[in-house]
Amino acid sequence: MNALIKTFIRSREAQLIAAMLVMIAAIASRFPAFITPTNLAAVFNDTSILIILAFGQMAVILTRCIDLSIAANLALCGMVAALINVVAPDLSLAVILPLTMLLGAALGAINGLLVWKLNIPSIVVTLGTMTIFRGTIFLLTNGAWVNAHQMSDAFKSLPRADLLGLPVLSWFAIVIIAIIYILYNRTPFGRSLYAIGGNPVAAVYVGIDVGKIRFFAFMLSGALAGLAGYLWVSRYAVSYVDIAAGFELDVVAACVIGGISISGGIGSVGGAFLGALFLGIVKNALPVIHVSPFWQMAISGIVIIIAVAFNARAERKKGRIILKSAEAKS
Amino acid sequence: MSEQSPDTAAAPVFSLSGITKSFPGVRALHSVALDLYPGEVTALIGENGAGKSTLVKIMTGIYQPDEGEIRVNGTPVHFPAAHDASRHGITAIHQETVLFDDLTVAENIFLGHAPKNRFGLIDHAQMRAKARALLFGIGADVDPELPLKDLGIASKHLVAIARALSVDARVVIMDEPTAALSHKEINELFELVDQLKAKGKAILFISHKFDEIFRVADRYTVFRDGEMVGKGLVRETDHNALVKLMVGRDVGQTFPKGESKIGATILSVRDLSHPTEFDKISLDLKAGEILGFYGLVGAGRSEMMQSLFGMTRPSSGTITLEGKQVTIRSAAEAVAHGIVYVPEERGRQGAVKGMPIFMNVTLPSLKETSRSGFLKLANEFALARAYTQRLDLRASSLSQDVATLSGGNQQKVVIAKWLATKPKVIILDEPTKGIDIGSKAAVHAFMSELAREGLAVIMVSSELPEVLGMADRIIVMREGRSAGEFSRDEATPEKLVRAAAGIAEQAA
Repeated sequence: MNALIKTFIRSREAQLIAAMLVMIAAIASRFPAFITPTNLAAVFNDTSILIILAFGQMAVILTRCIDLSIAANLALCGMVAALINVVAPDLSLAVILPLTMLLGAALGAINGLLVWKLNIPSIVVTLGTMTIFRGTIFLLTNGAWVNAHQMSDAFKSLPRADLLGLPVLSWFAIVIIAIIYILYNRTPFGRSLYAIGGNPVAAVYVGIDVGKIRFFAFMLSGALAGLAGYLWVSRYAVSYVDIAAGFELDVVAACVIGGISISGGIGSVGGAFLGALFLGIVKNALPVIHVSPFWQMAISGIVIIIAVAFNARAERKKGRIILKSAEAKS
Repeated sequence: MSEQSPDTAAAPVFSLSGITKSFPGVRALHSVALDLYPGEVTALIGENGAGKSTLVKIMTGIYQPDEGEIRVNGTPVHFPAAHDASRHGITAIHQETVLFDDLTVAENIFLGHAPKNRFGLIDHAQMRAKARALLFGIGADVDPELPLKDLGIASKHLVAIARALSVDARVVIMDEPTAALSHKEINELFELVDQLKAKGKAILFISHKFDEIFRVADRYTVFRDGEMVGKGLVRETDHNALVKLMVGRDVGQTFPKGESKIGATILSVRDLSHPTEFDKISLDLKAGEILGFYGLVGAGRSEMMQSLFGMTRPSSGTITLEGKQVTIRSAAEAVAHGIVYVPEERGRQGAVKGMPIFMNVTLPSLKETSRSGFLKLANEFALARAYTQRLDLRASSLSQDVATLSGGNQQKVVIAKWLATKPKVIILDEPTKGIDIGSKAAVHAFMSELAREGLAVIMVSSELPEVLGMADRIIVMREGRSAGEFSRDEATPEKLVRAAAGIAEQAA
């Protein structure tokens, strides 16, 4: 038990929790209203979409790839959901939501196929599809916006609806956390993600189809982006070409801050969750303490670099242990 | 050839003495000496693992010796880094040339010492002209403006030689330069070696092929197990004497294979061929038997094993497993058929670093340990515990990251992983390469135990004592073809080395 506590204290999760507590305490010392349960719940709610996307990105990053098209996928799926709602205002969300996720998964599958079958580096593939997805929105709409008054009430109200004291948007995040936790930690698929990132060649030798698993990771990332697309459009009650522009970088940042190694194979579901939450708190707290938006961007950037430095240090430590054991033997 | 007679040669241009180099757990070189004379070719001979590559790395400044002295023209020198060695006129031409594919031939030749114009910028016209002159001088028909990647291996060697001449090298190291060349290209290379000799260069020639050594070398130095065991003039020796020096030790007792009952034939392979790697390899493998595959590095042994494991597709031939003909299209199918492969490059192909020991062990057995699609950690722990205990794995906990284990223990994790799939045939590719003596003995004892339990074992090994000690039968491969099959009683070190190197049997 003692050893378990020790490993926990040294883990990325514990470091993030400590950093968040310090940050919240510092803000609360000047703005006590920040730590009221209502406000903290609001911060969580505000971060829900980032959390959902971070899990999709995490699967892709674990396999040594990256999905830069995730925010463009969100925007395209969100727009399609909004357009469906405009055309058929009475169509139930029980139809729209699965359709949106299916579309997202299909867009993710395009990324996955290009990476799998044509062996193109994922950063190039998703940089390309990112532009294609945004361009498709423009083709669909000629650049026009879908505004609040064009959307049905049912479409707009779901994320805000209250369920057991929390908005449904928050519940989506909570349910996704639970599903993803089981998927990554308790299924052969999840284990394969880690094996591929840890040692792709060894993964092939144990009979894992590396390309296929990567394909599924991209599809998962796409499906979650599709879900997030509906949530985003309905929550902000507006859809246009540039929604969530640049958000893919926040998603990657959340993963990196959460200790998901950019070189694959390392990182936990808890880490990705806390990384997203950390970024969410930073983004919500900085306006409260009257930091200018430009400084907010700089501070987010600094946090990311610190997190990467921590990741690098954590990976270096392992090498030292190998040397030590080798010395001890000789 | 050389105008000078070797015995009246000048003082050595390059000499090593008392060189010792250790790595954790392994002593690669022990107090070795080597002298290279201007205008002469010295052949360095030894089995795989005798310490030849370590010596080359010390000569070129990549490794620093623990002890010993390096002298260039009689003056003691130190090579803290690779460029220090090249500044002293030492260049190496490797088996796979270390040049730059996307640069042109001329740029490769003059990288780092390009002729400059009066503004301090590279003078391309002059560089091309000089490159052309150098290439013409060695009779190489290569356009200096072509990117290097458009050349064949033989031409790349020529470029490397031109580069050696351009820096006015005094010592040229050729590390198995003929390994990838055709017969004609080899002859051209030898003519070039003669030219280099005539120019007074000292040449170190490393090769496994005896006919090449007798064709090109003036002197020889033999290494065995990191020690220098003999040297002399090539014209005063013969094949038999060199083979004896190379292997010269009693190997019978070092690696005993325990008694095991040889059962029915499990795997039988007929005329398995691959378009580029190997041709018409046949084998029969019985339960309880260890079949050794001996040969030089690059003889096609690993490639052959990879096709048995479904990693590459053979072009023709049949594989019969327990009487049924099978086609193996992927690693997953091979594992399902009960064939497993413990690869040679443990780091790259074996353990998943960053993952705990138990997850590494269960990776190919997840179907068995999980229930209705969900992983059962308790089952995984039980399976991992059972097999790591059998292998006497030293670890504080099964949740420990594999990366924190020593090389020998990582190898045990990889073997445990495959045993847990309950295979019928296990292929071990260089199972003890690069691990310490203690772990080696454990792996050997364990191989005996596997055979005793009725598993059929294929062991690919480049270490003679290991093959002679462990294998019931030995197939020798040379250049992608079978070069002989020997039973345990027939096999002698000399016979295996002859078959592997392609030397005809000589009257004693």
